[in-house]
Amino acid sequence: MTKIDHPAEDSSTSRRSRIDLAAMRERLQGTRGPRFWRSLDELAETEEFQQLLHNEFPEMGVELPDGVSRRRFVQLMSASLALGGLTACTRQPLEKIVPYVEQPESLVPGRPLYFATSMTLGGVASGLLAESHMGRPTKVEGNPEHPASLGATDLFAQASVLSLYDPDRSQVVTNLDRIRSWSAFVEDTRSKTLADARLRLLTGTVTSPSLAALIQQVLSEYPQAKWHQYDAVTRSNLLHGTESAFGRAVATRYDFAAADVVVALDADFLTSGPGAVRYARDFMSRRRAAADHPEMNRLYAVESMPTATGTVADHRLPLRPSQLASFAAALAAEVGVPGASAPAGANVGSQGEWLRAVARDLQANRGSSVVVAGDYADSEVHALAHAINGHLDNIGRTVVHTEPLEAQSEGQTGSLADLADDMAAGEVDILVMLDCNPVYDAPVDLGFTAALRQVGRRVHLGLYRNETSEHCHWHVPAAHYLESWGDARAYDGTISLTQPLIEPLYDGKTAAEVLSVFTEEGSRPAHDLVRIYWQAALGETGFETRWRRALHDGFIADSALPAVDVALRTEAAAEASARIDETGQITDGVDLAFRPDPTIFDGRFNNNGWLQECPKPLTKLTWDNAALVSPALALEQGLENTQIVEVTVDDRSLELPVWILPGHADGCMTIHLGYGRTRTGRVGSGSGFDAYRLRTSAAPWTVTGARIRRTAKRYKLASTQLHSNIGLAPGPNEEPGFGVEGEEAERRHLVRVGTLENFRQEPDFAQHMGHTPPEDLSMYPPWEFPGYAWGLSIDLGSCTGCNACVVACQSENNIPIVGKDMVAMGREMHWIRIDRYFEGELDHPDVHHQPVMCMHCEQAPCEVVCPVGATVHSSEGLNDMVYNRCVGTRYCSNNCPYKVRRFNFFKYNDTETPVLELLRNPDVTVRSRGVMEKCTYCVQRINHARIEAEKEEREIRDGEIRTACQQVCPTEAIVFGDVNDPESKVSAAKSKPLSYDILAELGTRPRTSYLAKLRNPNQSLEKT
Amino acid sequence: MTTPGKPPIVAPGHSPGSVTDQISSIVLTRMPRWWWAAFGASFALVMMLLFALTKLVVEGTGIWGLNIPVGWGFAIINFVWWIGIGHAGTLISAILLLLRQDWRTSINRFAEAMTLFAVACAGLFPLIHVGRPWLAYWLLPYPNTMDIWPQFRSPLVWDVFAVTTYATVSLLFWYVGLVPDLATLRDRARQRLAKITYGFLSMGWRGSATHWHNYETSYLLLAGLATPLVVSVHTVVSFDFAVGQLPGWHATIFPPYFVAGAIFAGFAMVITLAVPLRSLFDLKDFITIRHLQNMGKIMLATGLIVAYGYVIEIFMAWYSGNWFEEFMILNRIQGPYRMHWYALLLCNVLAPQLLWFKRVRSTPALLFVVAMFVNVGMWLERFVIVVTSLHRDFLPSSWGMYAGTRWDWAIFVGSIGLFLALLFLFVRFLPMISIFEMRTIVPKTQTRGPEEVSQ
Repeated sequence: MTKIDHPAEDSSTSRRSRIDLAAMRERLQGTRGPRFWRSLDELAETEEFQQLLHNEFPEMGVELPDGVSRRRFVQLMSASLALGGLTACTRQPLEKIVPYVEQPESLVPGRPLYFATSMTLGGVASGLLAESHMGRPTKVEGNPEHPASLGATDLFAQASVLSLYDPDRSQVVTNLDRIRSWSAFVEDTRSKTLADARLRLLTGTVTSPSLAALIQQVLSEYPQAKWHQYDAVTRSNLLHGTESAFGRAVATRYDFAAADVVVALDADFLTSGPGAVRYARDFMSRRRAAADHPEMNRLYAVESMPTATGTVADHRLPLRPSQLASFAAALAAEVGVPGASAPAGANVGSQGEWLRAVARDLQANRGSSVVVAGDYADSEVHALAHAINGHLDNIGRTVVHTEPLEAQSEGQTGSLADLADDMAAGEVDILVMLDCNPVYDAPVDLGFTAALRQVGRRVHLGLYRNETSEHCHWHVPAAHYLESWGDARAYDGTISLTQPLIEPLYDGKTAAEVLSVFTEEGSRPAHDLVRIYWQAALGETGFETRWRRALHDGFIADSALPAVDVALRTEAAAEASARIDETGQITDGVDLAFRPDPTIFDGRFNNNGWLQECPKPLTKLTWDNAALVSPALALEQGLENTQIVEVTVDDRSLELPVWILPGHADGCMTIHLGYGRTRTGRVGSGSGFDAYRLRTSAAPWTVTGARIRRTAKRYKLASTQLHSNIGLAPGPNEEPGFGVEGEEAERRHLVRVGTLENFRQEPDFAQHMGHTPPEDLSMYPPWEFPGYAWGLSIDLGSCTGCNACVVACQSENNIPIVGKDMVAMGREMHWIRIDRYFEGELDHPDVHHQPVMCMHCEQAPCEVVCPVGATVHSSEGLNDMVYNRCVGTRYCSNNCPYKVRRFNFFKYNDTETPVLELLRNPDVTVRSRGVMEKCTYCVQRINHARIEAEKEEREIRDGEIRTACQQVCPTEAIVFGDVNDPESKVSAAKSKPLSYDILAELGTRPRTSYLAKLRNPNQSLEKT
Repeated sequence: MTTPGKPPIVAPGHSPGSVTDQISSIVLTRMPRWWWAAFGASFALVMMLLFALTKLVVEGTGIWGLNIPVGWGFAIINFVWWIGIGHAGTLISAILLLLRQDWRTSINRFAEAMTLFAVACAGLFPLIHVGRPWLAYWLLPYPNTMDIWPQFRSPLVWDVFAVTTYATVSLLFWYVGLVPDLATLRDRARQRLAKITYGFLSMGWRGSATHWHNYETSYLLLAGLATPLVVSVHTVVSFDFAVGQLPGWHATIFPPYFVAGAIFAGFAMVITLAVPLRSLFDLKDFITIRHLQNMGKIMLATGLIVAYGYVIEIFMAWYSGNWFEEFMILNRIQGPYRMHWYALLLCNVLAPQLLWFKRVRSTPALLFVVAMFVNVGMWLERFVIVVTSLHRDFLPSSWGMYAGTRWDWAIFVGSIGLFLALLFLFVRFLPMISIFEMRTIVPKTQTRGPEEVSQ
């Protein structure tokens, strides 16, 4: 039995076997009968132990497709060791040092391996490469070959690694809060689920073909079964829109690379929704004006709350959400869509000129323009957008329609309502909720929680024990996607595969594995479920090769959904206009808009510290949500920042603090979802306010007629910028404004902005906005950089402020989170921050994002003042931090004009929780208390590349090193490289006429430079 | 040596013997009850300090209100404040000795002691303000196997040299000056322990001519050595700021302005201590109105220099044409910390103007009040320099606010407790006025005294 087939190196096994060791001792103590055994085999033969092994290393676990059985080896190894531990007198720490008998060819300690996988959000996949250090995933990158990624990711993917290792994750199968085994669940479920059981399945949006097939199988085996889908961030308006525009549900995708004029109707296509990463890349590829090609696209944005897309827009119109449909109708009418008409009472007066200019611009760009309706816009807006696109011949050019991504594209909210009704009527025997949390996020009017209690048998699968699991009989811990086999469609339909990087840390199961329990074949491993499906789907011939290729690539090649020919219904625009006419009356009170949170989404990332602490774009709030209002509304209602208000919709009310956001549309209030959880982990507990309590199935995104009542209470909100909120809460005699911060930012020319017209006339206008002293003014001799000289350039015109770089940096560099109180004190640790500046008028300002990290100054003020030489200059121009040497005087930070240094005021890094040790990047020091830290230009990546280059006796190639922020950036705004190499991309960027340094007048000679932002305003709308 | 129209340095009616009796009796008799109460109170503050320091070392710098951008706070403010206070002692002892200002005699001893204690309090802060206090010794240039030296371009390293030199010289100077008096106490002590202790400390002083000769030479040499230190220490401390490129720190006026401020603060503290001590220990005969007047004049003069410094800062901000400088001043005047700035002007510029009036200078109570204003004002000055400059520097995105936490206050107040406790121990165990130097003055003052004539 101890024949060793193959060595194994699963770092996760040691801790898991420790857990199970305890269970085993317990079992053995409980057993009567012989307390001694002659051999390990004897005990291992017992059913009890077989059962345990089965749980520990289930056969349906991660079996490598090559058939080599590592699992068997680990099973036996840990059995031997566990028993060895049992027989010992004292408890020895379990350590397994297993030398390789045969060293796997690719596995070199210290060198990471990358595996393609994919993560879903709202059911839609994005392609990733997961970095694995000795069997543990530490970081994810975008999959450069995946169409939805092209090598970049959003912040959710970046933060997902932290969720994997979250110690608060659900770790065991429970039945009525008692710990049970998976096999007990399987047995119990199979014996209690009768063929005529009124079984209901509740899932999020499913695009996975294999999961959908499995669901269909379950549905066919249980004639009484039904399947419901619900996502709190529902995109059903899109499908409804296409239904009314084309008469059938189709998916819509855009080709922004082909669009000269883009109109976004409450659509934040650059940072939210499926495909945002790809869209951002495509869109920005048309925004880089060069001296020899001074052209760029133009973006108009109409939106209630300022979003990344709105901040990038050349023209932005703040509009309350209830007026959006009227606006769309008026725009359609103006563009000349037959049948479209502006609603009779619609007040577009002040927007009239704007609207006409947009319409003219659209008409002038037939076939190369696109109107995008947002995920949260009404279906009428979608229908009208399709009508305009159809009318302008954009369909087939900038807009492509395909079959829906969703396996079943029925209305989600309606489906959940049916379920709630049936439950309340006692017509549901078994409810299986797969990776969803309806008790928390179902529309409040459905009475879901009360109805749920009527169900005889409630099963929940989830990463966490949450509000829903509290109401369930059975709870099964879900496998994280980095532990799972699976598949899903990307924004364009590409089948993306998910493969595990690590064995489930906590016996987690995938949705498919739970579903398989209900099938005739019984419980099967996720790998088999996925593989068998695709074996059938792709055909036997050459399957193995194709399958391996697909796993290697992370997706099945050429599986994007093909364009379908859809004809615009001629009466669509007229119908939509008519519906708007009926409903589009502005009511009293304010509009209330619900939006998924920019960092914790619908609440699923609530316990993810990186996302909680990531400053939200524009508000820069962390750890909380707030009622976002415009300055005008705040003045009108007498609201101040952080003041608690009671928001009432119908008979439901919610108390939450106000945050005044310049650029927000008047007459409306935005509240982000995902906060105020009652049952979550330690990180997310107690943060924010639950907007779901106001959200109904009838109005998931916009409610009209909400009332605001002021209270005298205040709430502490932690924002990383504008700590003092000067100007936004003006005194009796002061004019509201952006305060000193705003004025000073403008005066200091930190963000330099010009129009395309400026650029054509004077390409280097940005360089004339500041003063750069001659280089020989310093007392100290200049450094010489004979070899490489690293530098970085950031294109402000391409930055959307999406925060992906912030989280990527946190993940790459083992940056700790500090908590709300620390952020409120100004002690956040992010090495890269995105400075946000408002410019212009308070009601519709221009917003600029400026990522700032260590500038690696050639004459670095920090180096001179450090008394112990803990921050020193490298021969390649890096400003290095020597953590071991730092005593923590903080003088360097005081003397840093860019304030990019971060200090460990306490021991912020959690080095006690064992599972978090797996998370760390082994190439980066984990800093302790009392030490200064800052951006290193990812020096560990530089050194990796240097070692490779030296081994191959060559220079480091341009582009070989990519910093974490650069690699993740969806818009390729960040370029890093050797500035000594005139051919390098960074040299090219720095030699552009738009390139400038911030605070150059101080003579610091920063290595990080910026490219000024260009806007392409419509001349007829340009403010005088 | 009484100048006509001025109060005497020593009150009439004293002989060398009476001087010795009166001063040494303070040490050799039981302490009054108030001393126990006062010492007990300050000792309690020392315990609070120790508690706060323990918490600091166990938990980290984060218990203070510091953040990014305000990386320095109370610790540095207190350091500079205490160092400034520590200036008066050496100035009185050394410079006034070299200038042959006889009136210094009755105040130099406790001014020197005050200097030492203030420097001790000051020295505490650089040690504890670093993130890893157990490694603070890395600022010293000591031979080590890693072959690493401190980074000599950093003003913090200069600080280490300046402050340790100053502390050493001040201690030597003070101790050398004490030796003849320790011998007096040895001779007068009744208890055996006191005899042995004072005898040990007086290093075999027998008052021979050789002893006196050696004493005078070394004291003069030390005075010469200490004199440049009075200027250098605070100059170097000001470099901590002036070398930085931060608006509000980066100014060439800082060295003279800091030195003047230090003397200003130092004399204020001497007055703060002298006024109560002279009445509590009945020393009005030795610390006379004349002393108080002179100190008031010095405070007025240095106060005016400090006020000039404030004016020049504002002028230079405008004259430099540098917007960052200009903004820094505007932010001081209009920004969120403007009340600190106004309070600073009230304490350091307006309050000392009262010293133009002789009536104020010769009324101990009023002088005490002015001195208290200056003590507060000088602390505020450092607060304004450190915090107001840091909290809004170059990038508006990184601006922040700062406020001391209760632990900041505990350590600050605790350091005052430490200072007072040391001072109370000093007046208990050592002669707070130089006995032998007073004896040398008595004949000069008494011969021309009116009473003597009438007798």
